[in-house]
Amino acid sequence: MKTNTLWKDAFKRLSNDKLALVALVIVCFYFLIAILSSLGFVASGWSQEVGASNLAPSMNHFFGTDIFGRSVLLKVIRGTQIAMSVGVAASIIAIPIGVILGALAGYFGGWVDDIITWFYTTFSSVPNIMLLISITLILGKGIFAVYIALGATSWVTLCRLIRGEVMKHKEREYVQAAGAIGGGHLRKLFRHILPNVSHIIIINTSMQFQIAIKSEVILSYLGLGVQGEPSWGTMIDDAKLELVRGVWWQLAGATLAMFLILLAFNILGDALRDALDPKLKGK
Amino acid sequence: MTKYIIRRLLYMIPVLLGVSLIIFVLFNVVSGDPTAVLLGKNATVRQMADLREQLGLNKSLLSQYFDVVKSAFTFDFGYSWATKQEISHMIWQGAYPSLCLSVPAFVISTILSLLISLMVAYYRGKGIDLFVRIICIAGMSISALAYILFFQWFFAYKLGWFEISGFEPEFPAFISYVALPAVIWIVLSIGPDVRFFRTVILDEIYQDYVRTARAKGISEMTILFRHVLRNALIPIITYVVIQIPSLILGALLLENFFSIPGLGGMTLNALNSSDFPVMKAMAVMSSVGYILFGLLADILYTAADPRIKFK
Repeated sequence: MKTNTLWKDAFKRLSNDKLALVALVIVCFYFLIAILSSLGFVASGWSQEVGASNLAPSMNHFFGTDIFGRSVLLKVIRGTQIAMSVGVAASIIAIPIGVILGALAGYFGGWVDDIITWFYTTFSSVPNIMLLISITLILGKGIFAVYIALGATSWVTLCRLIRGEVMKHKEREYVQAAGAIGGGHLRKLFRHILPNVSHIIIINTSMQFQIAIKSEVILSYLGLGVQGEPSWGTMIDDAKLELVRGVWWQLAGATLAMFLILLAFNILGDALRDALDPKLKGK
Repeated sequence: MTKYIIRRLLYMIPVLLGVSLIIFVLFNVVSGDPTAVLLGKNATVRQMADLREQLGLNKSLLSQYFDVVKSAFTFDFGYSWATKQEISHMIWQGAYPSLCLSVPAFVISTILSLLISLMVAYYRGKGIDLFVRIICIAGMSISALAYILFFQWFFAYKLGWFEISGFEPEFPAFISYVALPAVIWIVLSIGPDVRFFRTVILDEIYQDYVRTARAKGISEMTILFRHVLRNALIPIITYVVIQIPSLILGALLLENFFSIPGLGGMTLNALNSSDFPVMKAMAVMSSVGYILFGLLADILYTAADPRIKFK
């Protein structure tokens, strides 16, 4: 018998779910745009004037132009790059911290568990928004500070979930069997237990990714995020003054772009949980 | 039970020390010397040294850390750098406008969400259930900023139903100022609330005791309110209690957009003027709130559910 039947099974169930597949395609599309934009293939000329100031959406400019005559569509694409990069950076920081600390706490218990539990309880006791704005302010506004701030806040949930799951698994027979044939602690933990709890990482990351996108928009709106580059948050900030003059397309463009990716992540997150959580099988 | 509560109360101490440590490391260690920012570019070395002395930045790091810890117990946060006011006084003043907005909004949104999720659970699997779930997911996917901007522009500016911004402390007068932000708050929280409540209620609906009740011939309505809701209330109460401290912090963005002089707006003003003591005070205060209400939620949870044994 193959060991990855859970994943095969999950993949089969996911591919039967049409809605989830559409969501997956949207997520991949956003990643593609973000990569192309960061490599300079698309939207590299976002800062150039393409028409008159504040043109309404038309065939020439799908999302219209902003006050400096720049294409809102290109700004939205540039903002997509920022938003996706924040999600990726937050995950890159949060996953190793969350998984390693959670696994150690759950597996070893005792004083290791006490210290790690204290550590994440402490972090989760400071309201997220306070921690986010404080870290970005102190590290000196900018996209790098946003990466750090989101990484620092989003490992907590993952750590708690992994700890709980590892605790459940460490007494199971397959782990005892691995120990009986001479497997050490590290081997038992990383070769045997972690693959069995890794679905939590995927489900949690799809949740954290959208939290990261939402937070970036709010931080950028507050002027703490990316500087001198368009982000969905700074576009919405611009729109605050434009709306009264009837210029709605900057708000609409940023909101629509954000809506699609968040919707896709929401649907995908639910589908992943249904597909990967063995407890829900057959429900 | 008493033993459990005492143990949990004692556990607050290391957590508070940890929270103070995070805040101290951020604002006192990483942040560097704030006097250059505060005095502007024409400051002399002498002035900077004087100001450092005055702000207590010459003290050893250890005693600066103890000041943060102490403030978590005494609520004495010193003076604001920007307004020179006593911070505890500022918090006292900001709490009222914040609560005028957050308490009604929180109560209404919680009750409304609970009613909607009960209805959805009653009609589970039917068209209306699917419809509400779609609305919830779609609603959660729109940025809070977009709601605020659009609602303010449409209902206050275009239709003129509400005040565009501002605040009035008298009782009937403040309603026209907080009504619109409260509506936005409710719209924002219904999505996640209904999704959570619905899951909790549906978890109970498939339990054996519900099948037994149904077999005895009890009506679906009675089952829902007498049996299911009672059991589902345990996680629901926990969820609600944990959210209470966020009422103290207020809705940062809502207060900012609608110029409500509450704690959220105060925090953002402090952010814009790099007013560290105020930011520290809000971080300490809201964390203490989180810890206390987290404890309360835990105690309620264990007290309400006899299945949980105290260790």
